[in-house]
Amino acid sequence: MELIQIDPYRWEIKKTGAMRVPARIYSSRKLIGAVKKDETFRQLVNVAQLPGILNAALAMPDIHWGYGFPIGGVAGFDVEEGVISPGGVGYDINCGVRLAATHLTYEEIKPQLETLISALYRNVPTGVGSTGRVKLSNSELKKVLKQGSRWAVSQGFGEAADIDRTEDQGCMPDADPDAVTQKALERGRKQLGTLGSGNHFLEIGVVEEIHDPLVADVFGLAKGSVTVLLHTGSRGLGHQTCDDFLAAMTKNHTIDGMELPDRQLACARIQSAAGRQYYRAMACAANFAWANRQILIHNTRETFEQVLGISPRQLGMRQVYDICHNIAKFEQHTINGQSRRICVHRKGATRAFPPNHPDLCAEYQKTGQPILIPGDMGTASYVLTGMPKAMEETFGSTCHGAGRVMSRKAAKKSAKGRSLEKELAEKGVITRWTGKSTLAEEMPEAYKNVTEVVDVVAGSGISKIVAKLRPIAVIKG
Amino acid sequence: MIYYELLDHTADLGIRITADDIYELFEGGAHAMFDQIVDRSVLSGAAKESLTVSGIDKPDLLIGWLRELLYLWNGRERLVKWVHIEQMDDTHIAASIWHDPFDPAKHEILSDIKAVTYHGVTVEQTPKGWVATVIFDV
Repeated sequence: MELIQIDPYRWEIKKTGAMRVPARIYSSRKLIGAVKKDETFRQLVNVAQLPGILNAALAMPDIHWGYGFPIGGVAGFDVEEGVISPGGVGYDINCGVRLAATHLTYEEIKPQLETLISALYRNVPTGVGSTGRVKLSNSELKKVLKQGSRWAVSQGFGEAADIDRTEDQGCMPDADPDAVTQKALERGRKQLGTLGSGNHFLEIGVVEEIHDPLVADVFGLAKGSVTVLLHTGSRGLGHQTCDDFLAAMTKNHTIDGMELPDRQLACARIQSAAGRQYYRAMACAANFAWANRQILIHNTRETFEQVLGISPRQLGMRQVYDICHNIAKFEQHTINGQSRRICVHRKGATRAFPPNHPDLCAEYQKTGQPILIPGDMGTASYVLTGMPKAMEETFGSTCHGAGRVMSRKAAKKSAKGRSLEKELAEKGVITRWTGKSTLAEEMPEAYKNVTEVVDVVAGSGISKIVAKLRPIAVIKG
Repeated sequence: MIYYELLDHTADLGIRITADDIYELFEGGAHAMFDQIVDRSVLSGAAKESLTVSGIDKPDLLIGWLRELLYLWNGRERLVKWVHIEQMDDTHIAASIWHDPFDPAKHEILSDIKAVTYHGVTVEQTPKGWVATVIFDV
């Protein structure tokens, strides 16, 4: 497998053997070394072998070793010939990020930051097996799965404007709750309005740098203002949905007589009964995730107002955007000069639509879609915007975060004898966490440098940097 | 004899189990998985239930077995102390499971396992005995 450098930001693995298309990697000299050591590129080559794949199997600069698809992978499939793969979407369906801006400054909240983060820690259920305060009957849960964010807003969680500033308006219309298994429904019932564990977080930050003042102004981001960034997904409901469909599709691990290179790539034709059923169930999990983030941002808004004793107007919390990381979607893209409806899989990657894209709300027609890139909890996060080049090269996609570089085991070893809480406090970041080893596993060194990742997508022209955020307080599950 | 080791995987957690026979291999996989979640020595294993699992071949059977056991935790909040395989072949398992209901006051959750993946799954007979590799989503 030969890796050929095309320019400072692009590498390619030529089509050989069973590959139907080449593999293309967005990276940099600094970043590419880390992924050469493991199975990441092998996984990308496996994706390039799937039926109906179009143009190239793509890897974003935060790519790392996953299971089946690499994390940071993007692939577009022909609707007639192509496949849909639960492993290509991932377990945490519509794991995603939501950003809200406020009128507050760091100086204004600094005296109460400890109280504020403690109150948020109480009001946002975190950790393994955490349960939410929203209790759902079967019929109500099915409404959540059909309506997504809209259901949450109809119950008083947030504002109608939040929906406009959410990818797909927080709802995939093809959701069919009858496609979701009873086990998945049971796991979801108690978990709406919870953050979960692992790399999920709630982060209070400050806008540290503005790179594009005009776009930042439209996004509602002012230098020095306080932000809230939320990372979570569809919880047990999404995991169980992926798990159930993977198990069913794995029973037939050949497609067109071709043995799949990895069982985790188990898939079905998009047009087959199994493919359609998975898509409808996946859409339910995606809607659950949007409702989940909608409830959590609402609880955050209320907590800010209560702790700081201010009115909604004084707080001025405005949702900037909500984006998803793990999804398969039907979108319109130009393939060989022809506009076609294709199925795009993004696994640990972000949609990045440019200005004038018909799927964006009126507010963002001139700016392009806000793209939210969380870094590790001690460094920085970025807000970018979509560029036309992403439509030409990456099916309108970009990176999703810093990407892990250290295993959890190695991170725990490296954290032995250290107080990460103290180290982060010295950097100006207050932490609250639930899991015994969460802070160690999620330590800043476990991740790539997010600035280097963002430099690649900006340098290659698929996204543009708008603002940089600095974390000041973080809750980890 | 049975033992297992943790494998380095950038995003997730892998386990390699070695055992004298395939019964021990599958039982060892289950115990290794729950060792990551909880200190099994504090569990009483007071509740017992039966479990049957089927698969298309040994690797599929191993993943299916671990998936069903993990659902006891993720779906029903039960922590598994012991498993005992009564009977198995390449495509079926019948087993007894002893578990405790999760009690946050008594049971500290060490780390979360969210799913059992098919990625890189192997079940092989080697000169050293039976060896299996599994990667978990954490």
